[in-house]
Amino acid sequence: MKGGFRQSMAWLHTWSGLLVGWVLFMVFASGTSSYFREEISFWMKPELHRTPAQPAAQQAQAVEQAVRLLEREGAGSPRWTIGLPDERDPSLRVSWLPSKPPAGGGARPRPLTVNLDPATGERLADTRATRGGDFLYRLHFDLHYMPAMWARWIIGFCAMFMLVAIVSGVVTHRRIFSDFFTFRPRKGPRSWLDAHNATAVLALPFHLMITYTGLVTLMFMYMPWGAQAVYKGDEKAFTAEAFPNARANVPQKAAGRPTPLVPIAPLLEQSRAHWQGSAATRVVVTLPGDANAAVTIYRDDSANLSANYASMVFDGTTGRLIETRGENIPPASETRGVFVGLHMAHFAGPLLRGLFFLSGLAGCLMVATGLLMWAVKERPKYAKALARGGRIGFGLRLVDGLNIGAIAGVPLAMAAYFWANRLIPVGIAGRPDREIAAFFTVWGLAALAGIVWPSRRMWQVQLTVGGMLFALVPLLNPLTGGSGLFTAAASGHWNLVGFDTVCLLLGACLLTSAWWLARRQATARGAGTQAPRRAAASTAPAAAPLQSEPALVPARHALGAAESASP
Amino acid sequence: MTADTPRPLPAAQRLRLSDAARHRWAVVSRALAAIAGGYGLAALCSTALALWLPLARAEAVITGALTSFAVYAGAAMWAFAARTAGRAWAGIAWPSAVLGVAVWFTLRGTGGAA
Repeated sequence: MKGGFRQSMAWLHTWSGLLVGWVLFMVFASGTSSYFREEISFWMKPELHRTPAQPAAQQAQAVEQAVRLLEREGAGSPRWTIGLPDERDPSLRVSWLPSKPPAGGGARPRPLTVNLDPATGERLADTRATRGGDFLYRLHFDLHYMPAMWARWIIGFCAMFMLVAIVSGVVTHRRIFSDFFTFRPRKGPRSWLDAHNATAVLALPFHLMITYTGLVTLMFMYMPWGAQAVYKGDEKAFTAEAFPNARANVPQKAAGRPTPLVPIAPLLEQSRAHWQGSAATRVVVTLPGDANAAVTIYRDDSANLSANYASMVFDGTTGRLIETRGENIPPASETRGVFVGLHMAHFAGPLLRGLFFLSGLAGCLMVATGLLMWAVKERPKYAKALARGGRIGFGLRLVDGLNIGAIAGVPLAMAAYFWANRLIPVGIAGRPDREIAAFFTVWGLAALAGIVWPSRRMWQVQLTVGGMLFALVPLLNPLTGGSGLFTAAASGHWNLVGFDTVCLLLGACLLTSAWWLARRQATARGAGTQAPRRAAASTAPAAAPLQSEPALVPARHALGAAESASP
Repeated sequence: MTADTPRPLPAAQRLRLSDAARHRWAVVSRALAAIAGGYGLAALCSTALALWLPLARAEAVITGALTSFAVYAGAAMWAFAARTAGRAWAGIAWPSAVLGVAVWFTLRGTGGAA
C-alpha cells in the first residue's frame, strides 16, 4: 500500500472494522448480555419471582424428587436430564425427550422441561412460554430466521475481520499506552479517536481474548481440514478422542428388556467422594428402565477455567462404575477447553462476571466509536458540496444510516424484547416467537428509519426511546407481575435487583447521550459561523448538514498524521 | 500500489486504466489474497501441524486448528502490508504451494493406513 507499514495497517484497520462493524456491534451487545443469560431468563419468567430464594437443597433429596416425577411422566423416554439446583438457579430442572419421535420424522424432538421445588418435588408455578436469555445467547452466534450453519459462517467471517482489525489497530497505534490517558473532549474527530482508543485499550486483552476464543468455540467447523486429513473422515473416532465428554461409549440402543433403574442418590455420593467433595451439576440417564440404561453424572466445574467438564458413567441397572472422563486431559485439548471456558465465563463469580460484562460494554463502545469516527472523518470531504446546497455521498449516507440502526437500534430492540415479554398475553399461541418478532420488528423499523432519515434528530429519537424503555423497566417489572427492586431485595433475589438496576443504568446512559446530542446542537446553532471549530466538533455523530468549513480539512490531515507518528 | 511501483504495469496501461481504477483493482486483489488465500494458507498450516506434530493425533489436530486463526490473521495483514498486490499474492501462494505439496506427499504416504 501507499506509505509505510503503519499507514497500510491503519487503512486495513479502518476497513476491516467498518465493513462488518454493524454485525460486530450486535454480536458484542448480545454476547455481553449472555453473561447474564440465566438472570435474564429468570427475570423474563415473573411467575417464579415469588418463590423464595432458598439455599440449595440436599442433592440426594432433589434427585429422588426428580426421578419420582420422571418415572411417572417420562416413562419410555430415551433420555432424562436432571439439572441440580445451584447458586445461580436454585430450582430443580427436569427434562426428558418424548418417547416417540414426532410424526413425519424431520425435526429433532425437543425435550419437555419442568421446574420443581428441590425440597418438596412440587412443580413450580407454570411459567410463561419464553426463550428468555437463550434467545440473545443464540442470536450471538446463530442469528435468527436462517439456518444456524449459515449464521455461524457469517459470524465467523465477521469475527475474523474483528481479529484482523484488533491486531492491525494495535500495530497502527505506536503510543498505545500513553494515548490511553489522553482524552481531548470537544475536539471533533480527535475526541472520537480518543474515545475509541480508551475503550479499545482499556479492555484490549478482553477484546483479543474474546475474538480469538470465539473463533475457537467453532474451530472444527471453520477449520475441519486437519481432522479430515488425520482421521480420514472418521468423525466418530475424532470426536471420541478429542472431546473427553463425547457420549460415544454409552449404549444408544435399548436392549428391550425392562430392568428397574438403580437408585441415583448413592451414585451421587460415590461421585462426590471420587471428586474429593466437588458437587455434581447434572445427571443424565440414558435408556431409563431398560437393561442398557446408563447414568452419567457431571461435575460442577463452575470454579474451573476449562470447559472440559469431568463426568462419571455408571451402569444404570447395577450401579457399577463404567468410566470416569475429563480428568487427565492432554495439554492441547485442555488449552482448547480453557479457551472455550474463557469465552463463556461459566467459571466467573458475580464480581468477575460483572467485569466481563463491563468489558463487553467497552467492546460495544469500541465498535460504536470506531464506526462513528469513520463518518466523522469522511464528512469534511463533502463540506464544499454541502455549502453549495448539495448532498453527502451515498457511502457516507449509508454508513450514517447503518450506524443509527445498529448503535441506537440494537439497544432499542433489546429493550423492546423485554417489554414484549411482559406485554404479550400469557398463554397465546407461539408466544416465544412473538417476543422475538417484537425484537426484530423494532430493530428493522429502527434500521429502516435510520437509513431513510439519517439525521441528528433520528439519533435523538431512537436514543431517547431506547433510553426510556430501559429506564422504565424497573417500573414495568412490578406492574406486570414481577418482583420490583425493593421486594426483590427484601426476599434476597439479587439476580432481579441486578437486572432492574442494569436496565436503569443503561437507560440513563442512552438518555444522557440523547441529551448530549441536543446540547451540542444548541451550541452549534448558538455559535453560528463565528465559531466554526466548535460547530465542527458538534457534528458527531449526527448527519445534520454542516456549513462549509475549510478549517476542518487541515484538521483531518493532522488527525491522520497523528495516528501514525508521535509528535 | 500506484506510486510505489517502480516500473509501470504494462497490462494496465494497455487497458488504459486510470490510477484510481488500478488502485481499486489492486485493493480487490489484495482482499482476495487476504480472504481466500489467507484461508487456504491457514487450512494448510493446520493440516500440516495435524499431520506432522509428534503428539497424540487428537492433540496434533487440536493444536493445528487452534493456531490456524493466528496464521489467517497474519496472512491477511501481510496481504495489505506487502508493497504491491503481486507481492501480496506471492507471499501467500509460495508457502501454500510448498505446504500443499508436502501435505499431499504425507497424505499419499499414509493413504492406505487409516
